Amino acid sequence: MSTTKAPWEEERKLIVKAEEETDPHFGQNPDKRPPQDYIRFGVINLDKPAGPSSHEVTAWVKRILSLERAGHGGTLEA
Amino acid sequence: MTGILPIALEEATKVVQALLLSGKEYVCVMRLHSQVSEDRIKAVLDEFCGTIYQRPPVRASVKRRLRTRKIYYLNLLEMDGKNVLFRVGCEAGTYIRKLCHDLGEVLGCGSHMRELRRTKAGPFLEDEGLVTLHDISFMFTLWQETNDEGMLRKFIYPMEKALKALPKIYIRDSTVDALCHGAHLAAPGVLSLETGIKPKDAVSIFTQKGEAVSLARALASTEEILKMDHGLVAKTQRVLMPRGSYPKMWRSGTRLGK
Repeated sequence: MSTTKAPWEEERKLIVKAEEETDPHFGQNPDKRPPQDYIRFGVINLDKPAGPSSHEVTAWVKRILSLERAGHGGTLEA
Repeated sequence: MTGILPIALEEATKVVQALLLSGKEYVCVMRLHSQVSEDRIKAVLDEFCGTIYQRPPVRASVKRRLRTRKIYYLNLLEMDGKNVLFRVGCEAGTYIRKLCHDLGEVLGCGSHMRELRRTKAGPFLEDEGLVTLHDISFMFTLWQETNDEGMLRKFIYPMEKALKALPKIYIRDSTVDALCHGAHLAAPGVLSLETGIKPKDAVSIFTQKGEAVSLARALASTEEILKMDHGLVAKTQRVLMPRGSYPKMWRSGTRLGK
């Protein structure tokens, strides 16, 4: 047995170095992005069907959402 | 092969690099070539936890050189005759087909992978907002027809979610645009940061509003960064935020003096 911790089990605390107010005039909370931006800066958690390759599935998603670019995080080809 | 496949859209494709490097979890059915006792299986699964050597299989997209991979956990879920169901948490780039083969070698009976489902990819989980192609098509059409944003937010996550497992550094508004132009992060721009950062670690840089600015490589530890009042703390690797999202507060070219 070993004690290697999975990255998602790592617990981190936030430490403040300096304080400053953020200006509400620019930027926004990612959850509040307007729909078009929300899509452009979005990620989908897809349940990949068996059969087609990861690349094919990614291409379909691209077509369904009529996007120019899409990339997948890690091929599921074992 | 089924399971979680995170797909990054448009601008978010830049976070794919962080996802590729994040750990994965699978549930796998392994087929033994002859009967083995449950105790023996458990013992061998335990033996494979930690750092293992693995040579990528013949059909692989990387060079077939012996390399090490970390197995975080390897738990037996069920056994039915020669079929063994287990759950494995592992480092990115671990081949489960190969793992099954190697388990068989150590068991002495031989074995192969029968079925595989990915249940975790970095911060993406199976029981949290997992959607099918049908769901996507349905909800997207519904959004187009009804203009109900809620539909979009049901199946798309902000790219920031993909960076959840990376340690974060939060910076001043005035530092953001310089980083968007590719500058490295210097100590005065840092407002807060997470514990456990070591030099050379991959980190993500965030605004106070929680938007991802860039992916970077730390040049100092959390403790060191807290004490620094000048000098670089992280080297920019990938800019995620478009330029001009925040106002330009830095000077370029020749200095005009004070």
